[in-house]
Amino acid sequence: MVITAATEPKRAHVAAPVVDVLSDDPTQRPPLMTGENDFTSITDDVCGIAEREATPRAWYIAFAASVTGMTVMFAMLGYLIFNGVGVWGNNQPVAWGWPIVNFVFWVGIGHAGTLISAILFLFRQGWRTSINRFAEAMTIFAVCCAGIFPAVHIGRVWMAYYLFPIPNQMEMWPNFRSPLLWDVFAVSAYALTSLMFWYMGMIPDLATLRDRAKGKVRQIAYGIASMGWTGSARQWHRYEKAYLLLAGLATPLVLSVHSVVSFDFAVSQVPGWHTTIFPPYFVAGAIFSGFAMVVTLMIPARQFFGLKHLVTMKHLEIMCKIILATGMMVGYAYAIEFFIAWYGGNPYERFAFINRAMGPYAWAYWTMATCNVLVPQLFWFKKLRTNLWVMMGVCILVNVGMWFERFVITVISLSRDFLPSSWDYFKPTAVDVLTFAGSFGLFFTLFLLFCRYLPMVAMAEVKTVLPQAHAGHGLHAEEPAR
Amino acid sequence: MSASNLHGLVAYYADVDSLLAAVRRVREAGYQRFDAHSPFPVHGIDPVMGIRPTVLPWLVLGAGLTGCAGALLMQWWTNGHDYAFLISGKPLFGLPAAIPVTFELIILLSAFMTFFGMLALNTLPLLSNPLLRTAGFGRVTADRFAISIEAADACFESHATRELLAGTGALSVEACESDESSAVVPKWIKQLTMIGAAIALIPPALIAMERYGTRTTPRIHVITDMDFQSKAKAQSASLLFEDGRAMRRPVEGTLAVGEWIEDEYRATGKVAGQLGTGFPYEIDRAVMERGRQRFDIYCGVCHGLDGLGRGPIAVRAESLEESAWVPPTNLHDERLLTVPEGHLFEVITNGVRNMPAYAAQLSVDDRWAVVAYLRALQRSRNASIEDVPTDQQRNFK
Repeated sequence: MVITAATEPKRAHVAAPVVDVLSDDPTQRPPLMTGENDFTSITDDVCGIAEREATPRAWYIAFAASVTGMTVMFAMLGYLIFNGVGVWGNNQPVAWGWPIVNFVFWVGIGHAGTLISAILFLFRQGWRTSINRFAEAMTIFAVCCAGIFPAVHIGRVWMAYYLFPIPNQMEMWPNFRSPLLWDVFAVSAYALTSLMFWYMGMIPDLATLRDRAKGKVRQIAYGIASMGWTGSARQWHRYEKAYLLLAGLATPLVLSVHSVVSFDFAVSQVPGWHTTIFPPYFVAGAIFSGFAMVVTLMIPARQFFGLKHLVTMKHLEIMCKIILATGMMVGYAYAIEFFIAWYGGNPYERFAFINRAMGPYAWAYWTMATCNVLVPQLFWFKKLRTNLWVMMGVCILVNVGMWFERFVITVISLSRDFLPSSWDYFKPTAVDVLTFAGSFGLFFTLFLLFCRYLPMVAMAEVKTVLPQAHAGHGLHAEEPAR
Repeated sequence: MSASNLHGLVAYYADVDSLLAAVRRVREAGYQRFDAHSPFPVHGIDPVMGIRPTVLPWLVLGAGLTGCAGALLMQWWTNGHDYAFLISGKPLFGLPAAIPVTFELIILLSAFMTFFGMLALNTLPLLSNPLLRTAGFGRVTADRFAISIEAADACFESHATRELLAGTGALSVEACESDESSAVVPKWIKQLTMIGAAIALIPPALIAMERYGTRTTPRIHVITDMDFQSKAKAQSASLLFEDGRAMRRPVEGTLAVGEWIEDEYRATGKVAGQLGTGFPYEIDRAVMERGRQRFDIYCGVCHGLDGLGRGPIAVRAESLEESAWVPPTNLHDERLLTVPEGHLFEVITNGVRNMPAYAAQLSVDDRWAVVAYLRALQRSRNASIEDVPTDQQRNFK
């Protein structure tokens, strides 16, 4: 069957069915998936998760725990709205307490998804196809959690629309020269763009679920969600162009969002905040924490849902390498902040940093430094970065460390602000703690619903990286697919 | 099955190569209205099918430029023009401060255009499509490849087209029936939509009623915004205190700072309960000037600047013929020429008849200054040439 010039075999035929995906041999690129995969098996493996008749008991247990956490969070938010922000530990001089720490923490986590889908797409990193859907979903849910905190932090939640330039009877407008307003635009734009990116990527896979759906409810739900996708070449042509454009748009966006979040701090004059290194430092930290969260969620999910052949140890290992790299960038930022505090010669800046490492919050600083800089160094060793337990432990500690990073920046700097007579030690209240703990409930509730009802792996994209997807491979189509 | 409701034919293929080969054959046969379907984008199919590059990037560029211009215009107009908003001396509109929002809106509008433009160009959502009801088509989103040729194509001829497709190595060829009845929206959806629309009208109707209607009870106050507080306000009742007043009175005998004057006559105008005569402190020109100024402000409006009781308020009250009006006293009245100074002081302090007390407006020493000026005013009406200083006597006849 001789067809076009495009039928030249593009890829060497790998005969062995089980492959060492961790091979470091530079002359041969190992395949992205293990085992014998073809279009049918990938469809069955991924759709099978969403199509299960009986929901596993473990899912119910996890879901009950998450919903409980989410309920606690909403109860705490209700209590807050009825009583005012006095129920938090926020007070002078630390007026930005846990809510802002939590906001930056969650927004940071929400960066890995778009990074994987957009930047790695532009760099043609084929390995991203197995994990991008998962990471994008995580991004959306993390941004949901993040959005709650600044919204309730404004005090009168019913006035939240003041954040946007909406014509009103007072004929007043928001102040566009304030970084806090830039933040509103950045986070909103990011949330909407990520949502469109995630949903658009899911349309072909939702169509797959639609065509396999058995029950009436599922047929209608997936039918509406997939919008009548037929997988036609003309549709794919525009879809791929749109995907490339969205990736191109999301790449500068993902870098801008955490930069703008860092402006909330950097544009102010508080010693410890007024630093030009903040934008790149925040972006590196966001990618660092986002990847750690992806790995934390991915390890149990691939184990539990039987996706080990699609999300291989190679995928996890690459993510660990990125964590190691971004962890060192963050460590460099910590070091350079101290260097500039000394080299800049500003006595207040110098005090702020001595106080950071040796003051009353030294415990928080050193927790941060240990978790974010020292612990990821374990990933230098291949044995350790391919061990699931080590990975899991390091990634959880990285997330702890990244929460403390935001705590260190926000709380320590404010607790020693301009007026020494108002210096105080910040103490969170039970409401602070329960709201933050409950936000994990919201995150996992959304995540478990995603795992149960939506395609967890981007099937259409994974199929494109199979050797069979390329013209010319049809010569071997009659052989059993490997 | 009549030929009139035949939508088209679908042929299925097992792999990419046979699909590409078949597409080439179909196109060479002159078909225009055909499409290839695959579970993933097949690379290299566009030139084979003759798909021209989509216009989408240009639409996105347009959206991005709109976002840029719109964001700059919005920031200049809102903060620099419509409501000039000066913040710590910064310029009303500065490009550097406008860049973050402009950047985000370029991205946001471009992303909207990418997403919605892609859907619109692909005519999605399209929920009723005869292809989706074709039995074998379900596998096209999983692991099959297909070519669909529409019956509307100029070259379409039911039998010949089927032969052509069968000859391209298709696994099978299936007829795709268009069933107009299934494109009709089911009745229950229409009913639910109408009920939903009717219910959706209720909140705006209630809001309009609240906004434009009149009512005898206070309007619903959903968000109180600290409008109702449990604090005690001036002149309000209190359940806490025995006397029922929210305002507390000072402890008996309390004097405000600076109000304690040791000299009884100076403070009250009385000596041992009897009205006294004379001034408690020395009267000089400065006191007299002060007295005149206070008199003109507080006394003149009723008593007149000359003290004859014909001040502007008195004139106005008379013109209105107010029955309850008590005319102000003529300060040059015979009786007032002889009363002790303590009496004048006491009347200013506590008021008399309709005249209110001026203790709150005039300090103790100011009241004495007014009394001193009043005495001078009275003297001016009963003076002889000897009362004028000798060096000024020649100014008078």
